[in-house]
Amino acid sequence: MKERISKLWQLFATFFKIGAFTFGGGYAMIPLIQHEAVENHGWITDDDILEIIAIAESTPGPVAINAATFVGYRTCGFWGAACATFGVVLPSFVVILLISYVLRQFQNIKAVQYAFNGIRVGVLALLLKALVNMYQKSPKGWAAYVVMAGAFVLTAFLKVNVFLVIVACAVFGLITASAAERWAEK
Amino acid sequence: MIYLELFWTFLTIGAMTFGGGYAMLPLIQSEVGARWGDVISNESMINFVAVSESTPGPFAVNMATYVGAEMGGVFGSFCATLGVVLPSFIIILIVAKCYDRFRQSRVVKGCMSGLKPAVVGLIGNAILNVLMTVFFPTGLILGVFANPAFYIYVAMLAVMLVLAFRKVHPILIICLSAAIGIALGFLGF
Repeated sequence: MKERISKLWQLFATFFKIGAFTFGGGYAMIPLIQHEAVENHGWITDDDILEIIAIAESTPGPVAINAATFVGYRTCGFWGAACATFGVVLPSFVVILLISYVLRQFQNIKAVQYAFNGIRVGVLALLLKALVNMYQKSPKGWAAYVVMAGAFVLTAFLKVNVFLVIVACAVFGLITASAAERWAEK
Repeated sequence: MIYLELFWTFLTIGAMTFGGGYAMLPLIQSEVGARWGDVISNESMINFVAVSESTPGPFAVNMATYVGAEMGGVFGSFCATLGVVLPSFIIILIVAKCYDRFRQSRVVKGCMSGLKPAVVGLIGNAILNVLMTVFFPTGLILGVFANPAFYIYVAMLAVMLVLAFRKVHPILIICLSAAIGIALGFLGF
């Protein structure tokens, strides 16, 4: 019992540290998780890390939450998952609460407004780079290009609800993938 | 009831986002814009993407906490964050139990082959929105092109793009952009 509680505490503390020191989130967190959970604590193996990436890619939600829940569950069951997830969320929760409060106090200062005018241009550049990265990771082929163009046109110009587009794309992928499989069998 | 609305909105966003990081931006943009656009402007949402990039932690949690705090204070941000975390928490608990069946499932593979390119198209739309907010804040009017500030910001975007693709750290890009923004502002652009 005592051992279990100390393990739960370790899970919380480790993921708190990971949450507090990764910037940008998502896949930026994977090397840190690998270092802590595989090398330092031996909770999981390198193969598990690959598994986590594969699972995170095919389940909804932030990668960090997926990874923390998975490692916690593997190590200590449900409560392990809860402690690890709580740990990884807590630092950003506290930091952002403070920042959103501070921002409200400073947002009328001229220099701050000018700074954000520039920052929005920088964000645009970062988003364009993220777009290229995601394009490279996405499957290619005519079906994929149809989905890309379709999702863009439907949301940008026809203002179709984003949720609806996501569901439609999943169904379209399912249909084209199984049709391609049938075709290959013939 | 704002707390319930925050929880429910971010629960659906968390359940429908595939792929990490910015994959969540299109959903946050459309949902927050439709529900609370009068309080949280397009500009402040983009500003917060920068804040989120320069503070630790997952993008999704940062955005949920921020929107929650703006709309419902500390308890509001708690509800939004809980909402965005809960779907992946529950789904991973289920998947961890039957991982092999999940991985080999044709249905999952098929859906993913549609979802991955979908995210590219959706992010494209999110970027278009940011582009309009940055360069055409008053709408698509010709007057924008007569303003020298427009060309200065376009040149700035080109420089930032080169830096981003040369793998300069995002936080450095944001700091640099802030410095240029302050300089341009006081120069009167």
